[in-house]
Amino acid sequence: MSQKIRMPERDPQIRKRDFNQVNTGYTQNEMLAEAKRCLQCKNPMCSKGCPVEVDIPVFIKYLSEDNPKKAIKILNQKSSLPAVCGRVCPQENQCERSCILSRNGESVSIGNLERYAADIFAKDNDNNTVIEKNNIKIAIVGSGPAGLTCGGDLLKMGYDVTVYESLHDTGGVLRYGIPEFRLPKEVLDIEINKLKNLGMKIVLNTLIGRTKTVQELFDEDYKAVFVAVGAGLPVFPMAPGENLNHIYCSNEFLARVNLMRSFDFPNFDTPVYKGKNVVVVGGGNTAMDSARTAMRLGAEGVKLVYRRSENEMPARKEEQRHAKEEGIEFVTLTNPVRFIGDERKFVQFVECVKMELGESDESGRKHPKEVEGSNHVMEADMVILALGLHPNPILSSLTKGLNTNTKGHIIIDDNFMTSMPGIFAGGDIVGGDTVIEAMGMGKKAARAMDKYLKNLE
Amino acid sequence: MYKIVSKKEIGPKVHSCEIYAPEVAKNGKAGQFIIFRIDDKGERVPLTIAGTNPNEGLVRIIFQEVGKSTAQLASLNEGDSIKDFAGPLGCPTDIKHYGVVVAVAGGVGAAEVLPVIKELKKAKNKILTIIGARCKDLIILEDELKQESDSLLFATNDGTYGRKGFVTDVLKEVMNKEKINIVYAIGPVPMMKAVADITKEKHIETVVSLNPIMLDGTGMCGACRVTIDGKTKFACVDGPEFDAHLVHWEELSSRLQLFKNLEQISLDNFNHRVECKCRKK
Repeated sequence: MSQKIRMPERDPQIRKRDFNQVNTGYTQNEMLAEAKRCLQCKNPMCSKGCPVEVDIPVFIKYLSEDNPKKAIKILNQKSSLPAVCGRVCPQENQCERSCILSRNGESVSIGNLERYAADIFAKDNDNNTVIEKNNIKIAIVGSGPAGLTCGGDLLKMGYDVTVYESLHDTGGVLRYGIPEFRLPKEVLDIEINKLKNLGMKIVLNTLIGRTKTVQELFDEDYKAVFVAVGAGLPVFPMAPGENLNHIYCSNEFLARVNLMRSFDFPNFDTPVYKGKNVVVVGGGNTAMDSARTAMRLGAEGVKLVYRRSENEMPARKEEQRHAKEEGIEFVTLTNPVRFIGDERKFVQFVECVKMELGESDESGRKHPKEVEGSNHVMEADMVILALGLHPNPILSSLTKGLNTNTKGHIIIDDNFMTSMPGIFAGGDIVGGDTVIEAMGMGKKAARAMDKYLKNLE
Repeated sequence: MYKIVSKKEIGPKVHSCEIYAPEVAKNGKAGQFIIFRIDDKGERVPLTIAGTNPNEGLVRIIFQEVGKSTAQLASLNEGDSIKDFAGPLGCPTDIKHYGVVVAVAGGVGAAEVLPVIKELKKAKNKILTIIGARCKDLIILEDELKQESDSLLFATNDGTYGRKGFVTDVLKEVMNKEKINIVYAIGPVPMMKAVADITKEKHIETVVSLNPIMLDGTGMCGACRVTIDGKTKFACVDGPEFDAHLVHWEELSSRLQLFKNLEQISLDNFNHRVECKCRKK
């Protein structure tokens, strides 16, 4: 069986000091060779593994015939953000895992092919799609992956869509969270501009709940609202010393660098601390992004401290490999218990304990336990905590009648409708976890909202 | 873009501006703040709302030139616009009838206390206001504060206006004369801490408005975390007002020092660009 064509990558020694893309994308020949590996199954499993239901074999077939124009049409039918998905989706757990080739070898590189098709037409704004408008107003709260997908789909159904964003720029986590070297902001801008050209209105600097209430949206004649405000409130370890200076939550560190462009300080106004010995705590993609960003800002050493072993790390395998190649030191089965500062309250050491894995817990992963007497310290002038996020409480706490569960997630029914008629929700605010999962929910919610609105008429 | 509709210098390097932002003006309340960003390269800067005029869609902000962004904002004129102006953010002040309210403000804190006492006065409270400054010239908004206060007292470090000394000296005198129901304090951290120390002894409920470093201001990043009664809280979502007796003041002070060096570099760069003429030929 033919071998998978590897995604070309830049030399780790060079890329670890700049913010340019790590994966450079297939050449035409590489694309053709990879697309031809697809067996064009009669009953394709890959599409079933895609949260936004892309017709995968068909777009790959067009690519194999060197017809990327038709390929991107197929992708656009289902996905509003193919250039983003091709880069950040965990394909290995979704479409590629279901690929028949993966049973006896390596799956088709569906993500890499998707990226090729999307990138080739990035600049091309060939939008002949004529949409029949129905003039029904819909408000989307949050311009992250769930909101953009839901809004994009409703737009294509003819609705009048306005997206409200609390920050000064669009994209949510795609802009403030995911670094330039994985997802260039130019790529994101191009995809969002395509949605704007289709008629999506985007209103920035508007925190729904505070600037304007959900009720006020209905007063302005919006017929339905999709709440996709994402995660907020970072989780802190509740360990002594966690508020010492230069201990950051990954969201703050990444937003400073990605959203505020502080890597280019003082050309840009927002400062960021450039740590020498950086300790990142966590094992997810955000932890990898934080560690690799710290390295790019000039760190001498970056340690990634994770309480379980590498097998349990939730980060994508590719991100883990990239991080290691760039010199990030993985310190697994280790957990911080205390942060120690100098007399000015700047962090100096992290006190950790060794962990061992016990029984599997409800997440199916082995539960880590402290090894008694294993306390030790590591030096750090900067610590970045990537321990996950609680749902953002602002909108739900300020909207009477909108029910949340004990974790603070907005409760939705099978049709993505909340406890309030006409208000739908999706993405991290209902308990989603990844970009593509949020997009999948946005897509299904759009369909449910369309059905709801048709029944209202 | 958000237009600067009016601009006035109300003290040395202290400016009062009205910004056209109808939605913020409509829902903004006393105690809340906004975040502005001047241009595409700007940082996000939180400022307390000093007042609103919903009919004309105006939000009043009062700021002192301390860093790069405030110096740059001060360099703009009426009719100019700024890129971003988001709000209202944070929880509004709990306005109700308390009885006797003592409002204590230091420096530009006077601007933040003004909308609060205005609302508290409407709620039929007796308002005793104490304003502190280094010297007479640095006292701002005297007339407006007088209008909203049943009594207005001053303390200056050099004795050029009101009592010579600190706001806490005046507060102690007021405490001896009046039965106070609540103290509301806004100003530099050492001032707020000193007020809290005095009122704690006498068990007088005290509210302070905290000003930690912020980034998004919507509960996303944790930059503004403060320790209240041993628990981590986010000033942008849970605050900015907290029970003064439960605040971990040393931590707040040290966290405010975080970017001092970098902030100075940014300000020096800006001043150099403004003053240096060689590249403008």
